[in-house]
Amino acid sequence: MGAGMARSAVFGILLGLGTSLHADAGGDAERGAELYGQCVACHAIGEGATDGIGPHLNGIFDRGAAHSEGFPYSEGFERAAATGLTWDYDTLDAFIENPRAVVTRTRMTFRGIRDQQDRDDLLAYIRQFSADPQNYPEAAPTAAAVDHSVAPEVLAIIGDPAYGEYLSGECTSCHLTSGAASGIPSITRWPVDTFVIAMHAYKDGVRPHPVMQMMAQRLSNEEIAALAAYFEKLE
Amino acid sequence: MRLNRRAFVGTAAAATGVLSAPVVWGQDSGRPRVVVIGGGAGGATAARYIAKDSDGEIDVTLVEPTRAYYTCFFSNLYIGGFREMDSLGHSYGSLAANHGINVLHDWAVGVDRDAKTVTTAGGYTLPYDRLVLSPGIDFVDGAVPGWDVTVQDRMPHAYKAGSQTELLKAQIMEMPEGGTYAMVAPPNPYRCPPGPYERVSMVAHLLTEINPTAKILIADPKQNFSKQALFQEGWNRHYPGMIERVGPDFGGDMVEVDTDAMTLSIDGDVTNVDVCNVIPAMKAGRIADIAGVTEGNWAPVNPEDMSSTMDENIYVLGDSSSQGDMPKSGYAANSQAKACAMAVRGALTGSSVFPARYANTCWSLIAPNDGVKVGATYEATEEKIASVDGFISQTGETDEVREATYVESLGWYDGIVSDMFT
Repeated sequence: MGAGMARSAVFGILLGLGTSLHADAGGDAERGAELYGQCVACHAIGEGATDGIGPHLNGIFDRGAAHSEGFPYSEGFERAAATGLTWDYDTLDAFIENPRAVVTRTRMTFRGIRDQQDRDDLLAYIRQFSADPQNYPEAAPTAAAVDHSVAPEVLAIIGDPAYGEYLSGECTSCHLTSGAASGIPSITRWPVDTFVIAMHAYKDGVRPHPVMQMMAQRLSNEEIAALAAYFEKLE
Repeated sequence: MRLNRRAFVGTAAAATGVLSAPVVWGQDSGRPRVVVIGGGAGGATAARYIAKDSDGEIDVTLVEPTRAYYTCFFSNLYIGGFREMDSLGHSYGSLAANHGINVLHDWAVGVDRDAKTVTTAGGYTLPYDRLVLSPGIDFVDGAVPGWDVTVQDRMPHAYKAGSQTELLKAQIMEMPEGGTYAMVAPPNPYRCPPGPYERVSMVAHLLTEINPTAKILIADPKQNFSKQALFQEGWNRHYPGMIERVGPDFGGDMVEVDTDAMTLSIDGDVTNVDVCNVIPAMKAGRIADIAGVTEGNWAPVNPEDMSSTMDENIYVLGDSSSQGDMPKSGYAANSQAKACAMAVRGALTGSSVFPARYANTCWSLIAPNDGVKVGATYEATEEKIASVDGFISQTGETDEVREATYVESLGWYDGIVSDMFT
């Protein structure tokens, strides 16, 4: 519910700024096959593909995250799956652009693909291996142009930890300041950029958790930076 | 402020009923003084944040009659068998040891707003510069004909956690085979909107295990209730045929109980019941009335900082306050307490005051690993605390999502009690 509202709000802003949009989510699958070269060492795809270093990607579209049975997913992935992360065009696009934006501490050590056309092409290739193309959830026409990465100038904001301490009252109703985690993850001592990227992903609705989306939506860039600065240093 | 000899004498005098003059605490501390009445989600959080963030600059006294606080939130899980009562109890030792809060286990019985003092049943007089009232709820006299607190041993409310909760569970355990548990649900507004329905879920779970032919009857004065679609879906799924709810269209608002006959009358229709859980209409804790800051059943507050609209030196938190859109929940009280703490520190020490940020989330358990939640963010407007954004669990969610929600609620419990008591 909140996610949909948030996403359309974000799109509205981007439209207003005149960001160039792809009329459809289509890409060049042949070019995508070449691009898949950087994935194939870990992710098998196609007939008979099995899990390797990473899970195989057959049938990835429209599946819940962490769906490959028996694959030892990271805790971050298990949590993302439990909160309802489903792979569709939007979420795959965001994940390929910057894996950490969608799943904190994923073991997928991949820096991401910044170029939208490259991602479109790659996804056009991968979609061919999802069982029922009819069932392939097309993104909204505007979805492909959403920039999920956090702008360098936003990442560069130096947060005020004192302000972050004040704001942290909103976090500590649930998250333990001791850094212990049971049911609700620890948020202390994260690297600042990891924290900022995760919070913006909630704010943009890329991460599925409704409480976190709601909380992040009313935080400004400066406030997110302040929280990151405060929690990074919290002993 | 330590308990000195004079204070000790005061205790002894009060105990023997020969008190001649009240003992005044903290005469010469020199620091600004805050008295907090009530050590629950609102009061404990406020005391902790004022003391912690002012770094000893403010003298904080917390007045709370009980030595251990049993959280009302999660007490339904005790009934369902998912928590031990001990796991819901929290002492005030860390507030005293870690933050220098003077914890006084006593009843506040008087507030003199002109002299700015609080008097206690133990015979103390506590001067304050700012007073924080967070006394929770009391019940409206005569709300349910045939019931008052003197019969809470026969028909427990179990809406203040602890012995009442244990009593209710014990009564349910002793129900005859195929017997009836009845609940008289409260009218709005009341503490913990999903609470009665989570309670029904937990009672149903317990009965399914020990007394599966038993019935649950709810008399409800409200047309609709919190998370209704989610609860009804869950009841149909987990406890089919066990729960009957009588709403106001069929007399759910016209009830009467008889504790001797153990009957519940709904619009004149008398039913024999084995357990009768009466949750009457509620009002602000009595000390708010005594302080003269209530209007009707609740204490109106200014949305920006929870200060009373009737006295700028008094703040009212949580269930007792009337503030606008926030529900009466532990999470809400905890959130309000932080805005209040900031305002109090600003007023007494000149520290910065930022705009209040209010939020709430309420988790409920319907059955094992079937958790749901509802939440919202709020902001202060001119006239009230107004809802800005919100979400609610959806019907038909997968078992995985529901289990994750339940596990998350366990994490939240650890988080909030740590935010109140460490």
